Amino acid sequence: MVLKILNTLITVGVGVIAAVVLYWLLNKIAELLPGPWEDRIKPYLYILPAYAALVFYLVYPAVQTVVFSFANAQSTAWVGWDNYTQLLQSESFQDTLFNTLLWMIVVPVVVVALGLAMAVLADRLNPRWESTSKTIIFLPMAISAVGAGVVWGLVYNYRPEGREQIGLQNAIITALGFDPVAWLQVTEFHINSFFLMIMLMWAQVGFSMVLLSAAVKGVPEDTLEAARIDGANERDIFFRVVVPQIWGTVLTVYVTTLIGVMKIFDIVYVMTNGGFNTNVVGNEFFNQLFSNFNNGAAAAIVVMLMLATVPIMIYQVRNFRREESMA
Amino acid sequence: MTSTQTTMAAATPTEKTRRRSSREGQPQKAGWFARIVVLILCFLWIVPVVGLFLTSFRPRDDANSTGWWTLFWTPSAWSRLSFDNYVTAWNDAELGIAFVNTLAIALPATFIPILVAAFAAYAFTFMEFPGRNFLFLAVVSLLVVPNYIAFVPILRIYSDLELAGTFPAVWLAHIGFGMSLAIYILRNYMATLPKSLIESAKIDGASHFQTFFRLVLPMSVPALAAFAIFQFLWVWNDLLVALIFVGPGDNAPITVALRNNLMGQAGAGQHLVTAGGFISMILPIVVFLFMQRFFVRGLTAGAVKG
Repeated sequence: MVLKILNTLITVGVGVIAAVVLYWLLNKIAELLPGPWEDRIKPYLYILPAYAALVFYLVYPAVQTVVFSFANAQSTAWVGWDNYTQLLQSESFQDTLFNTLLWMIVVPVVVVALGLAMAVLADRLNPRWESTSKTIIFLPMAISAVGAGVVWGLVYNYRPEGREQIGLQNAIITALGFDPVAWLQVTEFHINSFFLMIMLMWAQVGFSMVLLSAAVKGVPEDTLEAARIDGANERDIFFRVVVPQIWGTVLTVYVTTLIGVMKIFDIVYVMTNGGFNTNVVGNEFFNQLFSNFNNGAAAAIVVMLMLATVPIMIYQVRNFRREESMA
Repeated sequence: MTSTQTTMAAATPTEKTRRRSSREGQPQKAGWFARIVVLILCFLWIVPVVGLFLTSFRPRDDANSTGWWTLFWTPSAWSRLSFDNYVTAWNDAELGIAFVNTLAIALPATFIPILVAAFAAYAFTFMEFPGRNFLFLAVVSLLVVPNYIAFVPILRIYSDLELAGTFPAVWLAHIGFGMSLAIYILRNYMATLPKSLIESAKIDGASHFQTFFRLVLPMSVPALAAFAIFQFLWVWNDLLVALIFVGPGDNAPITVALRNNLMGQAGAGQHLVTAGGFISMILPIVVFLFMQRFFVRGLTAGAVKG
């Protein structure tokens, strides 16, 4: 154990020093170049290592994944579109897609709404209470999905009727006279998926609150004052004056949460591993890769996921360009 | 957790916050409605964590027979609370080793990419070269790319190189996956530094290399810290990358160990699972609470990580 700690510290030290030496060398190489070539080449040398990491870990694998998605489970022979057609025709994968869609519809909206409510309401408390309440809401961001699984395991815990319930939710409803419920196994109306979504909302609302709070505080006071003088009530002020001015941030939070939701894996993996019709795309990918050892199907799932993110990517790039031109 | 973070819009909230502080105590003060709603939300948010915390100190029989809330009206059970579960989880469930493994994964994966990203961000901010805009927009679009695309091809390469299951395998993966966000955060921050200062350094005969190390890097410390906290929390809490590139075994990080050695074992019992859960959370929570200000700045200046 001591050895591992020592190793870690040495790695950090060596890694950082190696990076410095690398850049010193790259810089020297540029300086050896004649005249104007030094300034022409230097920027590319500065971004080279970072770009190498991006190309090796994102760009090249993206291309390779597309290739694998047209090959068989061991990537030894071409199978054309078979991976795609088999997946899309299988009922279980259709359910998986539908569940993922449910997550995408429900979670981002709730996260934005609750985050905004928290941002606006906490803003009216005195500073000490504001910061305390915000820290409490924000805290779950620091907790891993596995940790959240432990936390919420104690909320959703189920024991058969007649035994004392140690799960909070069942303790409450049995105290009210109802029968205990195995929450994560209730497939009607995808209720169990909603209980998993609550875990993600619990983790994400803090993020939404922090960004929206910054935006709400940025709304110029005189616009609120003017509305008040015109006799607008608080509700009108919120929806007609505040919301339009923070709309950009609302969209940003929405899009960011949406991307996270599309990739959701760990909560589902830890709580149900996709059982009881709670499967999502991320979990299905993992199971295809590590339970079925099917590279082709796993790659096809990723390609579909990647295609689904393309519109968001275009939106982000356009958004960025617009902001840059305004700055 | 899910790596969803951050934004592009709310660029500099700190200054805006200061501007508005004069509003305190003015119109629309906290009504009962606001107070009650905030109180209820905070209560709902914190109660599950309290449950975990209290359960982790209860002996096996207590934890398995009654709910943690019964502690509030059965003082006789208080004397049975102890740290035994933590000792068992740390040693027998091997969370102690996993804790060190996680540090061994997270620290290099946090600190090594910073300099690499900072150099790229410097070039994108302060140097003129053909293709600059295109190359940076490529970084922006890579922010959204899900890291799932890397797993199948990289895993094959790692198997060929016999890297799978080792620390360098995860370090490099996290460095690659975190790079676009790092460049993005740092470049956005550097763009706010006064250009005149860099110009005058140039006139004084400083090379880019000197300007970077003596001027820009020290001035960018807030952004470097923001990214470092971000990346640290992300790597510490990561399950997917760890499962794929390390897996269970001697090098397993704490998320994997907690899932496989405790949660996945029917006989482990809530008393051990909660103690293990708390061990896995304590460090990120401490980092988070102490560095919250930097973290918020990172969130509001950053982007969307893939």
